[in-house]
Amino acid sequence: MNEPNPTREIEFEVNGTTFRRAVEPRRLLSDFLRHDLGLTGTHVGCEHGVCGACTILLDGQAIRSCLLFAVQIDGAHLTTVEGMTPEPAAPMHPLQQAFQRHHGLQCGFCTPGFLMTLLPFLEENPDPTEDEVRHAISGNLCRCTGYQHIVDAVLGWARERAAAAAEGEGREPTP
Amino acid sequence: MSEDRRVLGRRTPRNEDPRLLTGRALFVDDVQRPGMVHVAFVRSPHAHARLGAIDASAALQMPGVLGVYTADDLGDYWQPGPLLVPPPPVSGMEFHERTQVPLARDKVRHVGEPVALVVAESRYLAEDAVEQIFVDYEPLPAVVDLVAALEPDAARVHDDLDSNLAAFVPQSRGDYAAARAEAHLVLARTFDYDRGASAAIENRGVVAEWDPREDRLTIWDTTQAPIPVRNGLAAMLGLSEHQVHLIAPFIGGGFGPKIMMFYPEEVLIPWLALQLGVPVKWIEDRSENFYATTQERGQIHEAEIAVDTEGRILGVRDRFLHDTGAYDPYGLTVPLNSQCTLLGPYRIPAYDSEMRAVFTNKTIVTPYRGAGRQHGVFVIERLLDLVARELDLDPFEVRRRNFLQPEDFPVDQTIIYQDFQPLVYDSGNYEPLLDQARQRIGWDQFLESEQPNARAEGRLLGIGVVAYVEGTGIGPFEGARVQIQTSGRVTVVTGVGTQGQGHYTVLAQIAAEQLAVPVTSVDVITGDTDQFHWGTGTFASRGAVVAGNAVHAAAVEVRAKTLAIAARLLEVTEDELELVDSEVRVVSDPTRSMALGTLAAEANPMRGAVTPGTEPGLEATRYFGPHRGATASGAHAMVLEVDPETYDVTIHRYVVVHDCGRILNPLIVDGQVHGGVAQGIGNCFYEELVYDENGQLMNASLMDFLLPTSLDVPRVEVGHEETVSPLNELGTKGAGEAGAIPTGALFAQALENALDLPGLEILQIPLNPSKLWHLVQRARAAHTSAG
Ligand code: FES
Ligand code: FES
Repeated sequence: MNEPNPTREIEFEVNGTTFRRAVEPRRLLSDFLRHDLGLTGTHVGCEHGVCGACTILLDGQAIRSCLLFAVQIDGAHLTTVEGMTPEPAAPMHPLQQAFQRHHGLQCGFCTPGFLMTLLPFLEENPDPTEDEVRHAISGNLCRCTGYQHIVDAVLGWARERAAAAAEGEGREPTP
Repeated sequence: MSEDRRVLGRRTPRNEDPRLLTGRALFVDDVQRPGMVHVAFVRSPHAHARLGAIDASAALQMPGVLGVYTADDLGDYWQPGPLLVPPPPVSGMEFHERTQVPLARDKVRHVGEPVALVVAESRYLAEDAVEQIFVDYEPLPAVVDLVAALEPDAARVHDDLDSNLAAFVPQSRGDYAAARAEAHLVLARTFDYDRGASAAIENRGVVAEWDPREDRLTIWDTTQAPIPVRNGLAAMLGLSEHQVHLIAPFIGGGFGPKIMMFYPEEVLIPWLALQLGVPVKWIEDRSENFYATTQERGQIHEAEIAVDTEGRILGVRDRFLHDTGAYDPYGLTVPLNSQCTLLGPYRIPAYDSEMRAVFTNKTIVTPYRGAGRQHGVFVIERLLDLVARELDLDPFEVRRRNFLQPEDFPVDQTIIYQDFQPLVYDSGNYEPLLDQARQRIGWDQFLESEQPNARAEGRLLGIGVVAYVEGTGIGPFEGARVQIQTSGRVTVVTGVGTQGQGHYTVLAQIAAEQLAVPVTSVDVITGDTDQFHWGTGTFASRGAVVAGNAVHAAAVEVRAKTLAIAARLLEVTEDELELVDSEVRVVSDPTRSMALGTLAAEANPMRGAVTPGTEPGLEATRYFGPHRGATASGAHAMVLEVDPETYDVTIHRYVVVHDCGRILNPLIVDGQVHGGVAQGIGNCFYEELVYDENGQLMNASLMDFLLPTSLDVPRVEVGHEETVSPLNELGTKGAGEAGAIPTGALFAQALENALDLPGLEILQIPLNPSKLWHLVQRARAAHTSAG
């Protein structure tokens, strides 16, 4: 390139690892994650903030990485889907396992966005009703599943978690 | 344990999920190659215009820009695409082939048609340069409206044709005129079913890389048809097939438009990789997807039904227009599906149908989930509802009286289907589907108490039920290779490609069932032409049927080889052996056993020779080519509510009773049905591609083209009937499209039931609250003036 565009230095953390990078101010966070850091688990379906496929966590909050520029994450802590199960050989996160058990994904393209949307939601509301789950994911589009098995996966996860917690306290899980 | 051995028919979770859930699955946009350059397209802003000079001089001066290409730069490589499906062998048929070109020359024929491309060091720079390419257009009147397109003075999409007629296909049987003459009742209506987009969440993309050391081209492509794309590109590029390695990795939803070939981008990116000697990438963005990815649905039917006093069909006459868009590379698959599927599960003695396909200045039409079947179902189901209303029959009774009966099968409908075979239904039993739907939706109780109670409160609740058939699992063929590895794991390799239908699991189940291994011990490899190079692709709900039966045949052969070698080594006869838990053992003495992996090693000896007439390894390749498709069927029922103020619609209950023959994995079939229903609902009430009179698409973003969300799609209750198909060993039929096909017809019936207005007839799809309001106003006005 004859005239390199000016870049800015940023420092941030992704999935527990600290990075220092120089980025062009106009670079989308979604492109930066996917193509500069190689974290391709975050997907891009619309780049106008509607589909939710690019959802990640920024300081614990679910955000759409296609609506931010990479320069805006200076000093932030990010989590992407790769952070849910860092070791490929380790068992998946229980929510991921519930998605598999309940067939909550077909093509799987939208799935990382759903998982990232659900993590903070379930932290706040670990025992949601179906209606609450449907509202929580209503900003994520899935063209394959009709949402039902995604909802089932979340409710299944919550039930199993409650049962495990009850057992942990030495009580019989409620029949 | 023995009752656990059957793996077919069980709700088996999917093998492919961990990779997808943890973000490790490879999609085309994840492909990153050293030195890769990026492409962006200059696309026509006009629906119809003469193309003048293209000035790229400013763009070529921009930093990071490596080149700009127009049609003239392509030399001999510039060719119209192939006709994928030739016209059907129907007498009196007329067909005008006009296929898409890689870059427009002389004229542009739809908004978004590619005119030039820029190659740059990054996509950002390529898009900057697109803004600096100046194209002279001389706008022409756009052909948008289907009826007006055939007027003698209409502008012509293709100047060298006499009109915008792309095709004419008459098909008939029986004597409709006679049927009409003796009818008790004849009803005629016009039905309008408009366009929608498949809108897979993953857009399209192509990456190509030429390796000069190996003289090989590797292409990653979001295609549903990896092998045909490889074969076609090899031919176009003057390479032999083995020099082209096409990978269709994980695909983020297909639904039909990703089987279209060859998209201009699909032809151009590999060519550029050869020209430039560096890897080249193009990824479609969402707005390109709205213009450049194929669409479906626009048809207008003028249909007439003739019935006797009992409401039995004597005949149906249909004249319909099909919008094929600016080009017709996919032949007549979609309108033929409409023409054939209209016959539905019914006995229709006389049928007189004429289809006219019409060129318009809109995006090309190719199959999208349902692929024209919706339209046929909409017309016949709506006609039956009108008959029921006139003769005071309920929706069950009018259908029951017309159903084909179990003893009628196989039923030869005598007209030609999309696979060019006469349309023959292999098997079916329709009444139980309706009965089960009635029960599950709670029909009688709804009419007795739920609906009247709601009405008393001023709430508008409605109910509906419809039936349909679906031709699935058509040819020509698929193949599969099954091999037992020395590790004891089993590999299944096939060419079909997968876009989320669960092939990694269903095909694994089929092999696991024969070879007595856990489903998780079977690795399915698909969508890679280096691994398997014969096949057609995933379309028409055929994956599980056609590839599944090839896997089955190969696994049966591997099982036989395994038993033969085990019998030799264990010195017993084959019928003294059984295959259990990944090993072969002697039935009478289970301590005498050999693991599958050991047998695989024995079958590939390091010393001695392979016995004459045998082959090394525990491996077999088999092909399956069904003579004709298998006909699946079903009934859908729903309860919905219309808000009397806003005309918004809420679906309260949705029931699908479905017969796709033998079910291989109910969990996956349920998922397919849920997803289909969601698309069907979107198609009915949320999604509509709105073109203005200039052929401009007014709502080309996900902000304005509304896909249904988790709040719009109801829970779907799925019931199954299993009428096995006699056409294949597994007895299965396709399930991929069933959910999406009858939704429009059902929605219309349930709305009429909810609104309960004399004269209100819903004959169009898609609807939305404002269209519904208009229909209601019109019905009210007509009623008042009549009364
Ligand atoms: S890609 Fe960010 S919301 Fe669609
Ligand atoms: S699983 Fe395909 S888009 Fe959700």
